[in-house]
Amino acid sequence: MVDIQLQSLDLNLWFGKNHVLHDVSLPVYKHQVTAMIGPSGCGKSTLLRCFNRMNDLIPGTRIEGRALLGDADIYAPKADVSKLRSRIGMVFQKPNPFPKSIFNNVAFGLQIQGGFSKAEISNRVEESLKAAWLWEEVKDRLSSSAMSLSGGQQQRLCIARALANRPDVLMLDEPTSALDPQSTAKIEELCLELKHNVTILIVTHNVAQAGRISDQTAFMYLGELLEFGPTERVFTVPADKRTEAYLTGVFG
Amino acid sequence: MKTFKEKSFQTITYTAALFTVACLLGIIFGLFREGLPIFKHVGLKEFMFTNNWYPTHAEPGFGALALIVGSLVVTLGSLIIAIPLGLGAAIFLSEMAGPRLREITKPVIELLAGIPSVVYGLFGMAFLAPLVREWFDLDTGLNVFTASLILGVMIVPVICSMGEDALSSVPKNLREASLALGATRAETIFKAVIPAAKNGLAGSVLMGFGRAIGETMVVLMVAGGAARIPSSIFDPVRPLTSTIAAEMGETVMGDLHYQSLFALAIILFLITFVSNLITESMLLKRGKK
Amino acid sequence: MALMLVLTALFLVLFLVRMFSQGAKVLSWDFLFTAPRDAMRAGGIYPALVGTFLLTALSMVVALPLGILTAIWLTNYGKPVWLVNILRVAINTLAGTPSIIFGLFGMAMFSNLLGFDISLLSGGLTLAILALPVIINNTEQAISSVPEDFREASLALGATTRQTVSRVLLPTALPSILTGAIISIGRVAGETAPIMFTAATFYSRQLPKGLGDEVMALPYHIYALMTEGTHPTEQVPIAYGTSLVLLLLVISISAAAIWIRSSIRRKRQW
Repeated sequence: MVDIQLQSLDLNLWFGKNHVLHDVSLPVYKHQVTAMIGPSGCGKSTLLRCFNRMNDLIPGTRIEGRALLGDADIYAPKADVSKLRSRIGMVFQKPNPFPKSIFNNVAFGLQIQGGFSKAEISNRVEESLKAAWLWEEVKDRLSSSAMSLSGGQQQRLCIARALANRPDVLMLDEPTSALDPQSTAKIEELCLELKHNVTILIVTHNVAQAGRISDQTAFMYLGELLEFGPTERVFTVPADKRTEAYLTGVFG
Repeated sequence: MKTFKEKSFQTITYTAALFTVACLLGIIFGLFREGLPIFKHVGLKEFMFTNNWYPTHAEPGFGALALIVGSLVVTLGSLIIAIPLGLGAAIFLSEMAGPRLREITKPVIELLAGIPSVVYGLFGMAFLAPLVREWFDLDTGLNVFTASLILGVMIVPVICSMGEDALSSVPKNLREASLALGATRAETIFKAVIPAAKNGLAGSVLMGFGRAIGETMVVLMVAGGAARIPSSIFDPVRPLTSTIAAEMGETVMGDLHYQSLFALAIILFLITFVSNLITESMLLKRGKK
Repeated sequence: MALMLVLTALFLVLFLVRMFSQGAKVLSWDFLFTAPRDAMRAGGIYPALVGTFLLTALSMVVALPLGILTAIWLTNYGKPVWLVNILRVAINTLAGTPSIIFGLFGMAMFSNLLGFDISLLSGGLTLAILALPVIINNTEQAISSVPEDFREASLALGATTRQTVSRVLLPTALPSILTGAIISIGRVAGETAPIMFTAATFYSRQLPKGLGDEVMALPYHIYALMTEGTHPTEQVPIAYGTSLVLLLLVISISAAAIWIRSSIRRKRQW
């Protein structure tokens, strides 16, 4: 029986009067890749942002239901949001490295936590860059600006940056939609490798991508979780008619 | 410990914001506190609408009409000069000039805007006024005419840069649509673009008005100094700002004259405050065509 | 239309030529670094330079932290909303208030009520309030121009608002904030009305020794020479010379700001 690392239970979300998420109960299993697919606007990214409480930044947001990281209630009134966010890493659609050096980008999470020695930080940076398959390419220019990297490299840098916190879960929100095919392939392979150490939750617009790399697939439509299950099963014998329609491209 | 740092940072910035508001409130409070008492002595109507400014006489008079008229006349004069120059330059820069010319002119206009007013005042007093006196065979060159000239040039950068902003934010497709319908460039500019930008352009003129009426050094040095209602543009005047500046030194804190100057400041403040409010609303309307 | 621009340019040229030609006659090393002599008929303007420098420095020491912190509050906290609205009204009103009113307020508040008299302190504080709205607006704009991506990335990594401001937003916005500060310096250095009754004096025998001393200042010196001076033949040229110094100061400050701004634009990588 595989552990559930992250989950939402009957989660509802409103942006002002808009009821955007309806009773979503999604389990995310440890050391597996879970993919979320569905047409634009179905709520996949919104659900992601519920887990690390990034939706809190939008005024007028209201939540009902629960979200748990392990046993901890994410929306507990006294929850330490900063701590939560360092345990759940996030990579965005458009690579967003800071205008700082490569080293300082990766070290950022540790610098804000404080209490790490220079050596520890250095080691962690190297470890994270290696895990993100970027070390060889940048090891000689750690102090150069992150903005000088290519798009694909920047995204791997963002992954390294998130990994430096040694998070329990790594969430990726359409991480390859702005990248070329080679970079995309690289990042897909990377996810397959990373999952052994970090649970992966990935939102993707690309159904084929979900099919390639995920263990579990969740299909969302208009704010509801319509279907969830092992990727093989969902792709070959979807339980819901709408899932089938989406997978076969009837709508997208 | 972390929460303490967070909370204190938030408190510090919040306090700074409060302090800024306090500054404004302080100014308003201060002005009214020192200035309102005069109205126990002199009625508001009499203060604003009679021409009887003799604060230092044995029987002091506090009719500020000449001062208010002085301010308005000089401001109007400056706008007569600044509007064609400023809006004209704005239209040229926004609609006709090439990008290189625009790149060179923008910093130049900014530079012009940065010239301290006292330097303009010197130029007016030492150079322009004697010229005016000679050209027009007058007793003195320190009058409405000279002051309006200098003040006008002073506010050209304000009107020009805001006007240029207003015109540039008119979307390109408006011009394209007009041209496609057969209008000439000139017709497009005057019949399509300018009307579309009218709120922003009006705002820029109002901004110029506010700057001009609040200007002290130039009028103090160039407008003359006679607290009289001018009968020609070659008469000297004494606007509100120069009155306050010139007479403040002579007053004793708390006496009637002192209070009357603060009362003038209240009037001046209210004029510029209202002018700013209107400008703000013009600029807001600009977004919704 | 082009004529309008040409006319304006013409005036500028005439103005500058006149200023430079008249002022240059008086300019010399002596002029800049010695004190006035002979009842203001000769000598230099050194004390006025020092005074202007001190007034400007003091006003910045007060206004920069206050303004930057206020801008940080506006862009990162902003609750309660009624305070944001009042604050904006306050900033806009202060920005449009005539400088003589600041001078009056400074006199009533700092010189009289708080008892600082005519002093560097009163003048500096008055100028600080004058500069405040400019600094707030500029800093707010600088911080808002930092792409939202950076703030999101920072928060998602577990940084608090405070850490995001100090480690990401401010460092990124710093060059723009600096430009704004420099522009305010130029503005403050040239102001006369706010210091007329709060700090400035036509003649002081020695350089100011403390915050409580009166100071000479470049803009006030020009004004006083022209209106209180009793020997125009010698004093008008000195006024021109002082003007030239002030102009050069202000122009070089503006130029520095413009140059920094365009080099920021060139180097920007996002």
